[in-house]
Amino acid sequence: MVEYADKRIPIMRPYIDVDNQEYWDAVKQHKLVIQHCKKCDKYFQPPRPMCPYCHSQDTLEWKESSGKGYIYAYIMFTADKMAYPAFKLPYAVVLVELEEGVRITANTHEMKPEEIEPGVPVEIMFEDLHDGQTLYRFKKRGA
Amino acid sequence: MTVKYNADKRIPHPAKWAVLYRSSTPFWDGVKEKKLMLQRCKQCGTWLNPPRPMCPKCHSTESEWVASSGKGKIYSWVTYNEAPDPAFKTPYAVVLIELEEGPRLVSNLADITPEDIRIGMPVEVTFEDVAEDLTLPKFKKAG
Amino acid sequence: MAKKSIKDKTNRAKSGAKSRKTGHSMAKNSIKNKTAIVGIGVVNFSKNIGRSEWYTASQCIKLAADDAGVNIYDIDGMVKNIDDGPDPSYVQKGLGIDNLTYHSESHWGTSAMMNAVQAIASGAANYCVYYQPAHRASGPEKSISDYRVARETRDDSLDLIRYDFFSPFGLIGQTGYVGMTYQRYMYEFGVKPEQIGWIPVVESESAARNPNAIFFDKPITIKDYLNSRMVVNPMREYDVAPKVDGAIAIIITTTERARDLKHKPVIISSCAFGMAPEGQFHTSYTRDSITELPEMKNMARELFRIAGVSPKDIKAAMLDDTFIPYVPMQLEALGFCGRGEGAAFCEGGDRIRPGGELPINTDGGSFGQGKLDMTRIVEAVRQIRGTSTNQIDNADMILVASGAGGPADGLILRG
Repeated sequence: MVEYADKRIPIMRPYIDVDNQEYWDAVKQHKLVIQHCKKCDKYFQPPRPMCPYCHSQDTLEWKESSGKGYIYAYIMFTADKMAYPAFKLPYAVVLVELEEGVRITANTHEMKPEEIEPGVPVEIMFEDLHDGQTLYRFKKRGA
Repeated sequence: MTVKYNADKRIPHPAKWAVLYRSSTPFWDGVKEKKLMLQRCKQCGTWLNPPRPMCPKCHSTESEWVASSGKGKIYSWVTYNEAPDPAFKTPYAVVLIELEEGPRLVSNLADITPEDIRIGMPVEVTFEDVAEDLTLPKFKKAG
Repeated sequence: MAKKSIKDKTNRAKSGAKSRKTGHSMAKNSIKNKTAIVGIGVVNFSKNIGRSEWYTASQCIKLAADDAGVNIYDIDGMVKNIDDGPDPSYVQKGLGIDNLTYHSESHWGTSAMMNAVQAIASGAANYCVYYQPAHRASGPEKSISDYRVARETRDDSLDLIRYDFFSPFGLIGQTGYVGMTYQRYMYEFGVKPEQIGWIPVVESESAARNPNAIFFDKPITIKDYLNSRMVVNPMREYDVAPKVDGAIAIIITTTERARDLKHKPVIISSCAFGMAPEGQFHTSYTRDSITELPEMKNMARELFRIAGVSPKDIKAAMLDDTFIPYVPMQLEALGFCGRGEGAAFCEGGDRIRPGGELPINTDGGSFGQGKLDMTRIVEAVRQIRGTSTNQIDNADMILVASGAGGPADGLILRG
């Protein structure tokens, strides 16, 4: 349910650095990857330079996520003051808990405000935006 | 030697920082009128240089701005062989002037070549319109 | 500012630690010998480390914990310099520490040591890490968070300066700022480049023997120094420490706990900080004298008072050589020689070499390794442990000084 109010207003870009480069490279190819430690078989997000479980820095890898999960929490932007002007109101930002156990934030796709609530099953989809960047969103899926 | 500027480059402008250092505004306002203004504590007469909101000697916040005679001596100097900013043509000298009232100011020389610079050399202020919106106090040989 | 202005208002200096107003002696808790450095972690320096500061911050803390024999999850305090590297909330994401009970950030030099020492001495934390990842050679790094914003909007060469009184005249950058002071120092005391040039010469000798000092494979000569590029007259290329990418962490705990850990404890006999009136980072031009580093003098008085020792007890000194001309001024301010005698002290290099009267920067200093303040603490620790690449005899009391030209801080470490 995100629509753009004014396409001249830039959509803020993710800040890409050496620690999260591969995450955003994958998004560009319509894939969601999650950082994973080979040694202790654990996933974590956001990307970081060290495994918080075993403190290893050379056992980190990127694994493709199923992209499926549930809405864990959400916020609905309804008022001008708080919202970013590029987006049409209202719009939602959801915190989704993926099957791999990590949580990520994104917008929703073709979901009515009343359909958005914790526990609703969702899956990822990608969109190449008008400004050249690729972002992911979540849409409803069957449970 | 006066400083030579690259005409197409902007000389670092004090106004850019005057927002941060509002206490300096009377100094730069004075320079526009070709006066060298110094801040002095009204209560105990201590020079407040660089400008500040309180006298460190008597803790009074009452101060006044008075015009300097503009006479002084070279206290120290450096010569830039590599330009730290594209506005300046190298080599050029920067001097630290001790005014006869006591305060010291950083400035340039109007008519003294680097080889002739001597610590203790008597100098007096002169004002140079270096850009449409910028006048700078500089120093030349006294008398 | 002369006569009428702020005369040397360091009255406190003359009367010891007494309140200027009441004359009462000021009660100060002594931290003497209460804390110790138990671990050091150094990520190999490079001109382009190819990693994020976040990565090397995590890495150096892990190395320090391994060195100390401390479990990472037992680290409960973190301090750092405000401008260097990601804050604890980032570092924690890799280290997974969940019981951080103390953190703080400090400006200038290695003054965060004071925070660490106070945190441990007061019991606010049991194991405090001080970390400094700084990739200054490959440029301010790009990462996510307000720390990035801070790095991008605050050029560290211009921080804390009254730009508006300097920049329009082309006085831009620290090398020029320090040059102004150096010129006056030469004038007042007849100091010559042929004298202070021995500092980089001796440091390059030490650097050549230290594998982590990447800038000098072989020593330079005094001739090389004098022939080095004049950047801002009187400052030569070899008067300024080069930029480097590196990361260092050290772990501090109580002296009592330190005795049960892997290494012989390096006891923090004293830790002090100093400021002085009319101070402005590298540009305190309005003081009566601009060549005596009064912050360093004030710091030294407190440093020696706490430790209960005097300069003659110090076996080696790790001084702030970010700008070489500050080294002789520090020797004077710290009481190793008289006013105006610092350059003569260094001339010929014999007094300041390993084995000399007062060896300085036996790791090659910032000149040999690149500008990263914590190297001085690391080398002091190595000297006391007996593991320096330029080991001196009887290294049982080492002084560390940082922050020359601005608020100063220092340590006296002992075995």
